[in-house]
This record gives sequence, structure tokens and C-alpha cells, in this order.
Amino acid sequence: MASLRSFFAGRGFLEVDTPIRQPVLIPERYIEPLRSEGAYLQTSPELCMKRLLASGCAKIFQICPCFRKNEQGRRHLEEFTMLEWYHSGESYLKLMADCEELLRFVQQQFILQSDLHGYTRSFFAGFDFESAWERLTVESAFQKYSPCSVKEALADNSFDEILVEYVEPELGKKTPTFLLNYPLELGSLAKAKATEPDTVERFELYLGGIELANGFSELTDAAEQRLRFEEEIVDIKRTWGQDITMPDVFLRDIENIKVAAGIALGVDRLFMLALGAEDIADVVSFSPADLV
Amino acid sequence: MLSASDLRKGLKVQIDGNPYVVIDFEFSKPGKGQALYRCKMRNMISGNQLVQTYRSNDKFEKPDLEERKMQYLYNGGGEYHFMDTENFDQMFITTEQLGENKSFLVDNMEVDMLFFEGQAIDITMPMFVYLNVTTADPWAKGDTSGNDTKPVTVETGYELQVPPFVEEGDKIQIDTRTGAYVTRVKE
Repeated sequence: MASLRSFFAGRGFLEVDTPIRQPVLIPERYIEPLRSEGAYLQTSPELCMKRLLASGCAKIFQICPCFRKNEQGRRHLEEFTMLEWYHSGESYLKLMADCEELLRFVQQQFILQSDLHGYTRSFFAGFDFESAWERLTVESAFQKYSPCSVKEALADNSFDEILVEYVEPELGKKTPTFLLNYPLELGSLAKAKATEPDTVERFELYLGGIELANGFSELTDAAEQRLRFEEEIVDIKRTWGQDITMPDVFLRDIENIKVAAGIALGVDRLFMLALGAEDIADVVSFSPADLV
Repeated sequence: MLSASDLRKGLKVQIDGNPYVVIDFEFSKPGKGQALYRCKMRNMISGNQLVQTYRSNDKFEKPDLEERKMQYLYNGGGEYHFMDTENFDQMFITTEQLGENKSFLVDNMEVDMLFFEGQAIDITMPMFVYLNVTTADPWAKGDTSGNDTKPVTVETGYELQVPPFVEEGDKIQIDTRTGAYVTRVKE
């Protein structure tokens, strides 16, 4: 944790702290929040952090707990730790460069710390951070690994299944992989590419088949964002039967952001990969099962 | 009704009219995508395995399963007759349904029988059974051939390898999960 903080502090980022319990969330159809006395526990600090960007903060980061209902598995905990950082005036390309620097820095720091404490071990064993990291568009990843194209997968609503079954296991085997340029419908808060309006400037960072971070160039057109949220809200109502409030204050504020990029990285998963743990429960101080 | 979020190892669900038990389970959720529940399941009747991915809004029927304690009575013409130890109902299952378990079944033995919609589909034997050795070659003292086991037949007709000191008329303990000899039992 200290090495993550020192990475950002050393690069002129301001550490921020925003409320975990919030009355309104960003509507996302596949992320279900936990309720807390008439409000919600945050599923990510994105909403508040973007409002800080809008108020004039240029480079901010936060390490905080996030909650997502019913997400439990070898790579999921309902309560987990997120690292998010935002750059104003930058695009997702800058975030990818940040990721490369961050992981190399963390690896070195971990080794240094273990040496200092008198035990020497390797971290991120089996992975190569030094060679050029793989960059693969969603389109070409599907061509390479999937039995069907992205278009076909989206058409029969099997994109997620195919991604999990055929594509993800192939990613980040040696160097980490950036899977980038997602179809427009899979980047609700991301900016469309100027040259290809059907794709958004979004990427996911994979290591050992595990999704570690999700970053994108922020959509700052409030009218466009409102339209995309309306679609999500209709979809949530249809799928889950829940009424979601439009985050109006957020939409008002993002008008003030000109160009920005932001990313969320799962800290527990970073530790899993660093230590070669098979189960996310092995890298937290207390897993849900440890508490009862 | 069960929903996809109830899925975990050992859960029993009904699919297309068949009872399945989940033998392997993995939750995954690609970034911003939907939750996927990948399950490996075994058909509790045919034993066939099925790998299937479910989404959060998928629903399952609970299979009508019941486990009852049954006592083995007798075997007549390939029909193995049992009696429910609580209500004394009698029923039989075939040699085929009994499978390998017939090697360990002796009169009056109590077993756990699993019923699906009233039909017996599985038998759980006691972990260990005690059976009499009916035929065994005598132990040739001073045999230095190096063989440390020999074949014997027990009262059910089942053949297995045992240490050379086991003799005809001995009672031996057998592990029903592996079918292997455990120890000789003093009467």
C-alpha cells in the first residue's frame, strides 16, 4: 500500500478521500450496489473523483474500499480495495504508460522491502515487465482467439461468455496485455474514438488471464452521457425491476471537464498476482469467511 | 426456485427433468460485463457431466430428492430387496442400479438410499464393511518369492488382494470407496 502511495506522491498526484456512502450512483446495468440505510455503498469512487476533476483538480488518486453485491469467487469479494487515478488533459494512452511504470515500480519496491526484512523472494513470478507490453485491440483479440467476431458476439449477446471462455485466458501470459478499443456499447462512460466512432477509448489491463484494471478517456459531453445513462436506467428497470435516479449533479459537473482520463485498478488482485495467490481471500486480512 | 447466485459446489439443481449436482464452480465477471457462473455438473442418474455457463437471472428448479435409511433383505433373480427402516416399506433395485456396491452388500446391512421423485437413484454404503473370507490359498511359510499380497474371495463373491497371513474364515475390513483391504478383524 505504501509503495502505491509513494508512486503517485512522487508524480505530483493529490491523494483524495471521498464519501463511501452515497445517495446516488452511476447507473451501470451489471454492477449491483449494496444498500445502506436509504443510501448505497459506493461501487467505485468514480462519481466523486470526477466531480473533483471538474472543480479543478488536475491529478488525483484514491485507495478505498468498494462494494459490489453478489460478487464472490476466486477473483471477487463483495468488499474489495480499489485504486483509482485521474489525469486531466490526458487520454487513455497516458494511463497505459502509467500502468507500465506503476507495475515495474511496485515490483521493485516489493523486492526492496523483502530484502530489507531479511527474506528474499520474487514478486510477479513468471511475468516479464521489462519487454514491450502487448497491446491488442478487442477486434484483433477476437480474431485471434475467439470462434466468432466481435460483431457476431454482440449480436447474439454472448460477448461476455466468449471473452471469459476464449479470450481472457490468453491475455497477459508473459508480459501484461492491454486489451483496448472496446465497442461503443461496452463503454458507457468512455469517449468514442475520433477515427472510429463505433469504438471507445477504453482498455483493460490483463495479467495471467486476470483483469487487473479498467481505464478510459473520459466522456465529458454531458448530453451524450445523459443519453447513455438513460439507456442503462431503462435496462436496469427491465432486468432487475429497480428504479435508479439519474445522477444530475454529476452530469452538471462533468460539463466543466475538458479532457481527462481515469482508471480503476483492483488492489487485492494486484497483490494476488504479486504473490502468486490462487484465491483473492488469501491476500486480504480477513475474508468474509474469516469474520464468522 | 434457486437462482444463479445460489450456485456453489455441492448444490443440487434440476435441469431438463434431471437432478444434477454441481461439482465445480467458478464465478467470473469481465470488466463492466455481466456476472457469469460457470458450472461443471454431474447428472445424478446417468453420471454424465455437463459444463454450462449461467447468468444472474437464470433460475433453477430444486430437484425432489430424499435420502432414506434402508436395510438390505435379500437378492432374488437380480432384484435386490430393501426395507425402509422407518416405515418398513419394501422396494427393490436392479443389479445394474446397484453397480459395484453389490460386492459389499450383506444381509441386514443398512445403507443410505437417495430417491429422486420417488425412484432410487443412488446408494451410499457405509465407509467400511466387514466380510468373511470364503476362499484363500494357505500361507506357505518361508515363501520368499517376494509377493506381499495374495488374492482371496469374500462371502459376496468379491475378489481382492490381501496380505498373505489372511486365511479362510477370517473376517476382514474393506474400504467401500476404494474396494481395498484395510485390516483383519479379530472375532
